[in-house]
Amino acid sequence: MQNVALSTKDLNVFYGEKQAVKNISLDFASREVTALIGPSGCGKSTFLRSLNRMNDLISGAKITGDIWIGDQNINDQKTDVVLLRQKIGMVWQRPNPFHKSIYENIAFGPRYHGIRDKKKLDQIVEDSLTKAALWDETKDRLNRSALSLSGGQQQRLCIARSIAVSPSIILMDEPASALDPISSAKVEELIADLKREYSIIIVTHNMQQAARVSQKTAFFLMGEVVEYDDTSKIFTNPSEKRTDDYISGRFG
Amino acid sequence: MSAKTADKIATAVIITLAGFIVLVMLGLLGFILVRGLGHISWDFLTSAPETIKEGGGIGPQLFNSLFLLVLTLIITVPLGLGAGIYMSEYAKPGKVTDFIRLIVEVLSSFPSIVVGLFGLLVFVNVFGFGFSLFSGALALTVFNLPLMVRITEQGLASVPQAQKEASLALGLSKWKTIKSIMLPIATPIILTGTILAAGRVFGEAAALLFTAGMSSPRLDFSDWNPLSPMSPLNPFRPAETLAVHIWKINSEGLAPDAPEIAAGASAVLILMVLVFNLLARFIGRLIHKKFTATK
Repeated sequence: MQNVALSTKDLNVFYGEKQAVKNISLDFASREVTALIGPSGCGKSTFLRSLNRMNDLISGAKITGDIWIGDQNINDQKTDVVLLRQKIGMVWQRPNPFHKSIYENIAFGPRYHGIRDKKKLDQIVEDSLTKAALWDETKDRLNRSALSLSGGQQQRLCIARSIAVSPSIILMDEPASALDPISSAKVEELIADLKREYSIIIVTHNMQQAARVSQKTAFFLMGEVVEYDDTSKIFTNPSEKRTDDYISGRFG
Repeated sequence: MSAKTADKIATAVIITLAGFIVLVMLGLLGFILVRGLGHISWDFLTSAPETIKEGGGIGPQLFNSLFLLVLTLIITVPLGLGAGIYMSEYAKPGKVTDFIRLIVEVLSSFPSIVVGLFGLLVFVNVFGFGFSLFSGALALTVFNLPLMVRITEQGLASVPQAQKEASLALGLSKWKTIKSIMLPIATPIILTGTILAAGRVFGEAAALLFTAGMSSPRLDFSDWNPLSPMSPLNPFRPAETLAVHIWKINSEGLAPDAPEIAAGASAVLILMVLVFNLLARFIGRLIHKKFTATK
């Protein structure tokens, strides 16, 4: 594979006794979209949340194995999670803008990371909102509450918020599934644009969406990766019967 | 009986009960205000009490109540916030945390007279603070603290997990997340807790009898040096609060107009609690708006 943005080696996630993710070793290409598909409860979201150590917040969760970005194993207890999370953005299923103004939602992260200059912050806000295709809709109301935006706008704001701290990787957990079809289409377009600059790993339940936006697809089942290949291959000519069964809708 | 009738009966019963409570509250409030309002005048609010003559006021007591409130909040709020944040965000669930929580619960249900005696033994005598506002504030802290801790904990627990995760995912530290994302959202709940705690300061008498004392020195309202013994701002002087004053003149008042003074003072006390509640709520809404940019 060409440039690898992130790779996992023998990654296991346990919730107490239950093992949710089993021995997963995957390489994620940089500046590509990788889709993680599979039925509910197959461990794909758990896997995604491990990549920026978000599972640390859940008591009883234990993660073993390696997660490499370059030559740094981020699953090492010594890794500074705070710094790590700046490099890996995250977008959730339900839009979760801060209860702050639109401007503050974007400026909050960069300011914390040391950018105090008002002009620079203004520029970051404009750039991030432009990249998230939200600038035209919000430029006249930056001081309004982010909660005054529609669901689809809120989700694009959350994407803008995550790119404002200039990550190299963005994790997306079903980013369009809580949105109406039009907003959902906009978010998909946005993902296609963003992959020019960012490596994106996206969990989705929507087969068409996976086929449309991703270059690589990993099919998860019962905590294991059944098949990982080019999206075109997975959707037209999968090597595994189970993948074929799932994609053609025979279960899941 | 059909489900519809049962529903109607239940609704009627609930409305009756709620109406009954409202009536009782209004009756109480009305009784106190009707008896007391007539006695309230500018002179009554500002002049010092008389021991045996008619026409004494409640000026120093009113000031003491307010000053004690401020002192208590200065001690309670930082401690309560700190402990509440610890319990909610830092403490690992387990036996120790459960034990701390149990102690907090027990502490909040202590009879106030017991807290008063504890204050007399420890703050007044052992620590040598004497009968003073400071001892009183510490005694009030003993039972306001649990309330403050619990409310802070509840306030933080009410913040959606998604908000917390979003902040951490941006690479913000835990403390920054708590301070800038969680606390602003929890502010209205925490503020309500502070108001409840403050209401108790106004109303408390038993715990203050033995700590803040039952007398005030002759206050010199032109002396604002907190170190001078006659200054109203001196936290180490004895101070009779309004609630204690009401208790005292009702039980051993010698002035011929003692019942009227007690009634007037009660009305003032209630009005103060009311005004304070409204004001705190108003300020809380302002703060919330400022932090969250909601209109």
